[in-house]
Amino acid sequence: MSEKVFMVPNPPTPNRAVAFNPEICTGCNRCVEVCPTDVLMPNPEKKQPPLVLYPEECWYCGGCVEECPRSGAITMLHPVSQRISVNWKRKDTGELFRLGMQNPPPPNTRPPSG
Amino acid sequence: MSTWHEYVRKTGSLPAWPYPVNYGKINEVASDVLVIGGGVAGLQAAIAAARMGLKACVLERGHAKRSGAGGAGVDHWHGAVTNPCSRVTPEMYTRACYESMRGYTGTHVRYIITKESWDTLLECEKMGVQIRDVRDEFKGAPFRDEATKLMFAYDYRNRHVIRVWGYNIKVKVYEEAVRLGVNIFNRMMPTGLLTAPGKGSKRVVGATAVDTRTGEFYVFRAKATVIATGGTGRLYDFAPEVTAAASMGNMNSAGAGEALGWKAGAEFVCMEATYPARLAGYGYAPYSMANAHNTYHGTPIVDAEGKEVPWVDAFNRPVKDLAGRFLPAEGQEFILGEGIGISRYLPQYRNNELIHDLPERIRRGEFKLPLYADFTRLPETERRCIFGMMVGNEGKTRIPIYDTMTRAGFDPEKDLFQAPVAPPEGYVHPNFWAVGVHTPPTIRMLGGGGYLVDWDLRTNLEGLYVGAGGNLFGGGCHGESHTTGRYAGRHAARYAMTAPEPAIDRHQVEAEREAAYRAIRQSDGYGWKEINAAIARIMRDYCGQYKSEATLKLGLRLLNELKTTELAHAHAANPHELGRLLECHSIITVGEMVMLASLEREASNSILDFHRLDYPEMDPPEWEKLIAIRLDDGRVRARYLPLDFHLREPYEPSYEDNYRKHA
Repeated sequence: MSEKVFMVPNPPTPNRAVAFNPEICTGCNRCVEVCPTDVLMPNPEKKQPPLVLYPEECWYCGGCVEECPRSGAITMLHPVSQRISVNWKRKDTGELFRLGMQNPPPPNTRPPSG
Repeated sequence: MSTWHEYVRKTGSLPAWPYPVNYGKINEVASDVLVIGGGVAGLQAAIAAARMGLKACVLERGHAKRSGAGGAGVDHWHGAVTNPCSRVTPEMYTRACYESMRGYTGTHVRYIITKESWDTLLECEKMGVQIRDVRDEFKGAPFRDEATKLMFAYDYRNRHVIRVWGYNIKVKVYEEAVRLGVNIFNRMMPTGLLTAPGKGSKRVVGATAVDTRTGEFYVFRAKATVIATGGTGRLYDFAPEVTAAASMGNMNSAGAGEALGWKAGAEFVCMEATYPARLAGYGYAPYSMANAHNTYHGTPIVDAEGKEVPWVDAFNRPVKDLAGRFLPAEGQEFILGEGIGISRYLPQYRNNELIHDLPERIRRGEFKLPLYADFTRLPETERRCIFGMMVGNEGKTRIPIYDTMTRAGFDPEKDLFQAPVAPPEGYVHPNFWAVGVHTPPTIRMLGGGGYLVDWDLRTNLEGLYVGAGGNLFGGGCHGESHTTGRYAGRHAARYAMTAPEPAIDRHQVEAEREAAYRAIRQSDGYGWKEINAAIARIMRDYCGQYKSEATLKLGLRLLNELKTTELAHAHAANPHELGRLLECHSIITVGEMVMLASLEREASNSILDFHRLDYPEMDPPEWEKLIAIRLDDGRVRARYLPLDFHLREPYEPSYEDNYRKHA
């Protein structure tokens, strides 16, 4: 617990908007290039995932995820206050689910139409 | 590590601005047609000009590949009345809009849209957008035409609203623009229109802009200019920490296009119209919860015990079965459809909906919360069409909803999708995710007013055309923006073909440049967010639902105060913040336009939801007219127009004759 402590402003709200998986992201910055509101900035270190600089300017279009050439490198994260609201119930069993829950059910793998 | 905070904690240093910064460095670009705004309308305008062999250039606030209100996709396309299956004519559709709005919408623009919407969609198909069920996924469904494989929404009998697989429509239109050699400049915040030298010049010859990554200054010189920008979402409402994710307009929605035109002397109409801002973003992530509206139209809603909420037709009579939710009722000509930019529907054109007394019946205990969408009650084609085709292609639904929810395990064949838990009055409108009860009642949004254009979609200024949804009087939503953009681009190009070479006023360029960088030279002023919040406060307080001459004048005074004090001394730490501060100037200008227009209407008006405390009589007949305002040498000029001005001198008396003469 000896990590250096800094004076930084409070985290913005929402905090994250998107999360990068550094194992998959190659730092190509295609997402940075197309983001309509410049939420993302290139990482000062080459080949590293971009930085989420302005998460409160994100409008959650998912364009960064669509643009990404490597599946799984970016995950769009709704603000927690909205993720907590996305709930569903299995009709047969009455089981309750929500977006972002621990131990989620297996994914529904059916792709969208078209 | 993903966020700035994580980076700073890890490295102990601040990341330098990643782009080379050269504040004020001048770049000059010449073209035949300059398009301001690279959304769907702007790209269609540029494509139209490029196809006519002209040099087209686009100035875009974000990045044109995915930007704009239409950049995130579309699932149904309105006004395609000339498609081979449609039973609606342009005259019928235009009349329905005009009568529903009691005349307060630009129906010449509506007519143009209905004449060309289907052709525009066919062009999108050629660009690679799927508009037909080519894989026969929905064969035999009542909303599908077996010969053309087109699929329809809302009104399965009259077949004028087309379901489309438009999640990638912006990318396809962008690729077409690039292929045609359109010169696109991304990350540009426009600061002013350039007018030909000479006092009181009325010819627009381009624009100036600041690059919000590098801070460089751009001078765009053009023979013709098309405004194709979006709305002014940040005018009454600025709380991005709460609303950004849930709004259907993004942060770039700052009224830049309207402010540019106003300062140059363009004429605007109906700017006093504002409405409660149901979609301002105080609800939930769009489409992320059960509802029965728009994209989800027809979805069965059940209560906590599985009891289904009934539907009623436009005359408040029970709808018997599922099929009836998608058919016009007895006595209806056709169903217009949701999301076309009008605020009021006459019953003969209104949609079938959930019962209107649902709040009262919830209060009485007849329906128990929470409510759910029960897709299992739908036949497979309708279920798959709503969740899988519509949800999955509508704006902000491919990744944010379909992909996110299915990865989390949601299955519409097995699961009940929960609606928000709200006070009973939250269920009065079937769009539950945007439940109006969550938006503070003082927050308004602009409603349908905008640039006054002629049958060429030209403004009163020579060389200036408008094609868009949000700021064109008579514009609509997604498909309408493509269509008006394409039409405006064509007419701007036609003008540019014979227009003289544009000359630039160097004094004007230097004045724009001088003003643009003020916030960089100051080191200790307020930031853009605090200024924006103050603008929104002034608008809510002094230009809300109830207005009076005294309070409007006080509001104008305060906007000017803000402009000359806090905003004049504001600080921008980098080109991004500079762009946002320049937007604050635009937003103030639009706020002034709304207040000035409001002062001119000395009467209350129910269609415009306009209430003057000093003129409380509602809808006096002598005030059934449009008010057009413009700036002339620093003075506001207002004039009145009859509601059907587009069919009077100097125009022809019929829609079709005007269209033929001008198209």
